[in-house]
Amino acid sequence: MAAGPPAQRRTEVARDGAQPLLSVRGLGIRFKTTQGIWQATRRIDFDIAPGERVGIVGESGCGKTITGLSILRLLPGNFAGLDGKILFDGTDLASCSARQMRAIRGKRIAMIFQEPMSALDPVFTVGHQIAETLRVHTDVSYEEARAKTLEMLRRVGIASPERRIDDYPHQLSGGMRQRVMIAASLICGPQLLIADEPTTALDVTVQAQILELLRDISETSKTALMLITHDLGVVAETCTRMITMYAGEVIEDATVDEALVRPLHPYTSGLLRSLPHLSPRHGRLPSIPGRVPSIAEMPAGCRFRARCAHAAEGCEAEQKLQDAGGGRKVRCWRFAELNLPGALHPPETPTAAKVATQ
Amino acid sequence: MTAASAEQRDEPIVSVRDLQVRFQTSDRRATVKAVDGVNFDVRRGETFGIIGESGSGKTTIGRALVFLLNPSAGAILHDGIDPMALSRREFQNHRRDYQIIFQDPNAALNPRMTILASVLEPLELAGVGSRIERERQAREALERVGLPQEFGERYPHQLSGGQKQRVVIARALTLKPKLIVCDEVVAALDMSIRGDVLNLFADLQRDLGLTYVFITHDLAVVSHISERVAVMYLGQFVELGPTEEVAERPLHPYTIALLSAEPRPLPSSMRQESRIVLQGEVPSPIDPPAGCRFRTRCPHAQPLCTERVPEWRELKPDHWVACHFADRPNYLPNVPERTP
Repeated sequence: MAAGPPAQRRTEVARDGAQPLLSVRGLGIRFKTTQGIWQATRRIDFDIAPGERVGIVGESGCGKTITGLSILRLLPGNFAGLDGKILFDGTDLASCSARQMRAIRGKRIAMIFQEPMSALDPVFTVGHQIAETLRVHTDVSYEEARAKTLEMLRRVGIASPERRIDDYPHQLSGGMRQRVMIAASLICGPQLLIADEPTTALDVTVQAQILELLRDISETSKTALMLITHDLGVVAETCTRMITMYAGEVIEDATVDEALVRPLHPYTSGLLRSLPHLSPRHGRLPSIPGRVPSIAEMPAGCRFRARCAHAAEGCEAEQKLQDAGGGRKVRCWRFAELNLPGALHPPETPTAAKVATQ
Repeated sequence: MTAASAEQRDEPIVSVRDLQVRFQTSDRRATVKAVDGVNFDVRRGETFGIIGESGSGKTTIGRALVFLLNPSAGAILHDGIDPMALSRREFQNHRRDYQIIFQDPNAALNPRMTILASVLEPLELAGVGSRIERERQAREALERVGLPQEFGERYPHQLSGGQKQRVVIARALTLKPKLIVCDEVVAALDMSIRGDVLNLFADLQRDLGLTYVFITHDLAVVSHISERVAVMYLGQFVELGPTEEVAERPLHPYTIALLSAEPRPLPSSMRQESRIVLQGEVPSPIDPPAGCRFRTRCPHAQPLCTERVPEWRELKPDHWVACHFADRPNYLPNVPERTP
């Protein structure tokens, strides 16, 4: 599969006026399975500017996690191939050597995961694990590494870090473990932090603390954030731009405010409408009929077509991620004629009265 | 029993009185007070929401309500009857009316049984009717939850998460329960499926007159589906009231913080700027703080909060709270109206 059209790339760069930090073009990932080669994602195009906070949203299986992992080339064993380019500050991560990748991974691009307990090694102290990243990538003494680790633990909001630095992961609470992971990911001062569902395993009050920390750190140290999540609320609270994925493709790319108020893709609109937050209490929740097509039997043309209320003739054609003006992009040819409801326009529900309290 | 319950329409379907559930830690040196003195009634036909963070004891209450766990102290009455006082046989018949559905449908379905066999199992155990009659009822239950006939012959791995949860719901319906405890039933489902399953619960309630106890950590879900909601913290209720009241005019500082912490998918212009971020995490239920249990994280804690356990009181009609200061309107900050 060819990389993204060069014309599109030029408008992108012109819009931001600066070179993006990360520029993904035509990214596609394939896996070997017993039933042959499966295309997990395809034609993924997006940019992240230095210091920008971008949310990647979608439901399970849409390819958001694998996109994050592919940037660090952390691909599973049944990986069968990758198309396109992942340009990070001039280096193509899709084709660079393993040695170059190791110099970037953990130092210039770091990643945190949903479950901090499985990301931390239970037999080493947290201080050891944080300092390890620093000692691998830089030429520091043991004492220096420890001092920096203490400072980092303090920065991520761990009370009395002198006491905690020699704790083992099991001695910490879930929220503190995630803080430790954030400390380890930030210790080398990365330009990009990829966070894959960093708060999904946490309670809502602890989630608020961690999101505030991520936002604060991104602002003060100008670290770009790529936040992968299924939770539109988390994106709204943390990010400035939102990239929506569906069935292995990017279907919409817009600022968070624009995407929430006036989504351009029927799927984004459907997701917003189906959230209980935004619906009349006790009313019927508008839902998206059907289910995500299986990876083995992806339909040709628009992949959302079978579930879309606005499907028409013409949707059988392959959909391009097209420029929708004002820096927005959408993979729907009808976007201009559809006036889709967003978060601020709760739909009328005529059946609401019937379901209401007895 | 059916005759009695028909006469007593005003009798709550479940009454919980000073419920305590305690567990021994694995080394048997300490006791975890998972539920520590909870009082509430569930009214016939309502959806009663229980919200709390992990470790608050909400799941323990749910299990105790259907006697998967026995209370360590206090009482749970079903229709005014104490099931613990029934004979073994009576109890087994009785508990069919009180079902529970769990979060993960994968764990609730046997991968080696067909969907129909799973749905049939409760009917077989209960010895309802003939084999043909049982199969008719099982198929009817599957149809009621919106699954096509042919799904009966499939196996769990051939179904999506939302479909599996429908199967679990169908199975709970086969014995025609009066009350279903729903423990995080939509938490494992994708966003676009969640709405469908919540709608199904609403439809079943309307058609079958079911009562639900909806246990969740998700404020949006609980406030969407429940008539009344209880907020739980460290083994106790801190607030209980009509959902609109609790969501829009919360009385307890923990409820206020919880509402404020909930990330909302709203554009920046509509988001409240001053959010209350609670410090720290929930203390251990082995050694909960003396006095008010929330005081270690409460932004308004006073010496009195350490000295005295706040009384559980009905501050407004039907709206209960356990906070010394909840009746001083200028003391606690008000949360802005929930939008939109």
